Amino acid sequence: MSVHDHKPEIDAATGVGTTGHEWDGVKELNNPLPRWWLSIFYISIIWAVGYMIAYPAWPMVSEATRGVLGYSSRAELAEEMQVAAKAQSQWRDQIRDLDLTEISASPELARFATRAGKAAFAVNCSQCHGSGAQGAIGYPNLNDDDWIWGGALEEIHDTIRYGVRNDSDDARYSEMPAFSEMLEPKEIKSVAQYVLSLSGLDHDPNQASQAVEIFADNCADCHGEKGEGDVEMGAPKLADAIWLFRGDSDSIIRQISTPSHGVMPAWGEKLSPTTIKELTIYVHSLGGGQ
Amino acid sequence: MAVAARLSTYGVIALIALYAATFARDVPYAAHMSLAATLAILAFLLEMFRDRPIIDMSDDPDGYQMNVVRFGVIMTALWSVVGLLVGVIVAAQLAYPELNIAPYLTFGRLRPLHTSAVIFAFGGTALITTSFYVVQRTSGARLWGKNLCWFVMLGYQLFIVLAATGYVLGGTQSREYAEPEWYVDLWLTLVWLAYLAVFLGTLIKRRQPHIYVANWFYLAFIVTIAMLHVVNNLAVPVSVFGSKSYSAFSGVQDALTQWWYGHNAVGFFLTAGFLGMMYYFVPKQANRPVFSYRLSIVHFWALIFLYIWAGPHHLHYTALPDWAQTLGMTFSIMLWMPSWGGMINGLMTLSGAWDKLRTDPVIKMMVASIAFYGMSTFEGPVMSIKAVNSLSHYTDWTIGHVHSGALGWVGMISFGALYYLTPVLWGRKQLYSLPLVNAHFWLATIGIVIYAAVMWVSGIMQGLMWREADELGLLVYSFAESVEAMHPFYVLRMFGGVLYLLGALVMVYNLARTIRGDVRGTTSAQSPTAVPAE
Repeated sequence: MSVHDHKPEIDAATGVGTTGHEWDGVKELNNPLPRWWLSIFYISIIWAVGYMIAYPAWPMVSEATRGVLGYSSRAELAEEMQVAAKAQSQWRDQIRDLDLTEISASPELARFATRAGKAAFAVNCSQCHGSGAQGAIGYPNLNDDDWIWGGALEEIHDTIRYGVRNDSDDARYSEMPAFSEMLEPKEIKSVAQYVLSLSGLDHDPNQASQAVEIFADNCADCHGEKGEGDVEMGAPKLADAIWLFRGDSDSIIRQISTPSHGVMPAWGEKLSPTTIKELTIYVHSLGGGQ
Repeated sequence: MAVAARLSTYGVIALIALYAATFARDVPYAAHMSLAATLAILAFLLEMFRDRPIIDMSDDPDGYQMNVVRFGVIMTALWSVVGLLVGVIVAAQLAYPELNIAPYLTFGRLRPLHTSAVIFAFGGTALITTSFYVVQRTSGARLWGKNLCWFVMLGYQLFIVLAATGYVLGGTQSREYAEPEWYVDLWLTLVWLAYLAVFLGTLIKRRQPHIYVANWFYLAFIVTIAMLHVVNNLAVPVSVFGSKSYSAFSGVQDALTQWWYGHNAVGFFLTAGFLGMMYYFVPKQANRPVFSYRLSIVHFWALIFLYIWAGPHHLHYTALPDWAQTLGMTFSIMLWMPSWGGMINGLMTLSGAWDKLRTDPVIKMMVASIAFYGMSTFEGPVMSIKAVNSLSHYTDWTIGHVHSGALGWVGMISFGALYYLTPVLWGRKQLYSLPLVNAHFWLATIGIVIYAAVMWVSGIMQGLMWREADELGLLVYSFAESVEAMHPFYVLRMFGGVLYLLGALVMVYNLARTIRGDVRGTTSAQSPTAVPAE
């Protein structure tokens, strides 16, 4: 515990003097500020002052100084958006004004709409339907020709615009009853086997044959006698080995007993009519468009 | 305080906490009040039935209060392992989402546990511990305020436990690095003011004509954190019997207050505080004078003045007005050299002793730490430039930047301080094993290099994928495609973190053997007579 200042001394290793202070054995050399360090520090200050003159910087009474360049990030964004919109307007203006069949009849417009639709799909749709529109359990695959609400241009357009089972009045709506309240577990089990047989999949022929009548009485009204489905009612096709909620017998039994129902937002409330048309053309182009 | 006064204080605290726990409106609040009541009852019973405290709070024979520092050294080492382990877990959760176990152990709850455990538990305990040591040694005075330093140390540990358990149970303000709810904030405020009093009191009664530079940095850290903590956490609780509160700010003001706090938590907690650590332990370990007194003065004041304005660079291209963005960016650029002043003073202190890099792995660790400090304080201003930021913001690049600072600078300078302090505090001639320090050095360095390099690549790739547009101006990738592309990098990053954690485990083993008095290669218990403490 030294309580006094030491005399400045010369450090043997570097030949530089010390300040004469010492704390717990730690001394300080009296080196000057490094030149390069000081120079860069000054340059960064000069640059900063220049930047503050050029750009909005100092808050004053009613607004900040605007800077001699007149820059504003909002104006910059608006300008960039305008340039992008202008570059695309030769196609997007036509897409806005024409109907879907006219757009798809023009190879140039259809090509642009498909690409623009793909970009909009990546932002808005891929979260549920997948980046490649391959779907997931409970979310339809859009690459096949199995359409719940129809695969024609107008049908796809309405599905995107109004959505499915949401709060909008125009939303597509279908609901399958919970057959656990109407059929015996054994009957449901045999119906599941029958459903598997419709797609020509492995099934128990005995159980399936017991369900022919039950299916005709309870299911055929919506799903069709041979399970061909009905896009008017939003009743999925059962005879194509494509499954929305898995195709093993346990999952089919669960879906018959207490069905799950998917929901899709009404995109017309969020996206522009032009974008909805582009999405339609893109989804229609994926492979199964009718 | 007389025994009767202490007993009645514990009793009153226990009763209030029990009352609050009974009427608690949510789980984290109930758990915390029960914990407070339990601790108060425990303290009451110990006071009643034991004639000496569980922890030895006595002063050393030379008059310094070093038991609080010894306790802090052990806690710092333990918290480093906890913080790093949770880091590896959250890294694994990002690479393999199925490891998220809802509701308590999801990424959303464990991520703040990781950041708080590393910054506040490990970093904060390291700062309190070393500052208590440094301020005593360089002032020639015992810590001011009798056992107040123990209140600071133990109270801070309680803050950490409250914060960590709160996150897992779902109590959070959702403010980054300021997640604890209002009553935990109040407790920390109390502890922090006591910390300020102990530190200032010791400086005031110092037996040295001047205040050593390390103490300037520690004091700047303590004062500024007090201000940041109080302002950023201004909030109105929904009920005094519940954890939920609402911030006093809203909208863009709220965002700016948060990042004024967040950035200066980096500036004053992780930079100024640890510069204080560097300014004492590097000259001591190298046994060399500090390179330049003048540089220490100029870079100290420049750093303190400039740092506080740089926060808006966290909000480039948001609703924040352009003028504030300009301010954040220009002050960040001007901050580059003041930050590097510390690096120069740290590295050049070795002039005349560079050979120690070959012989002393602790010096090697400190030098690597200062090098990482230099790198990340250069990278920071670069990333604050708006054009760069438009690419780097929201990407893993930021995560890599933070970790080269946290693992490289904060971690390694703290490890260096622990390696210096342990033999000194426990009166050992040397560490248990220098080759193990060397192993720690390489595990940590390779771990950081893997981590930072991987995050640069993945961050820049992420930023480029998000903005990728074709010649028609149409977006190319969905967000999920960028997430998918990150997977191999997340696995590699986890591997880098595992290496760093292994290094810390090696250190804990080495320190524990040192405390026991063992020296590797010899039969144990070298100097049983030399140590009065513990």
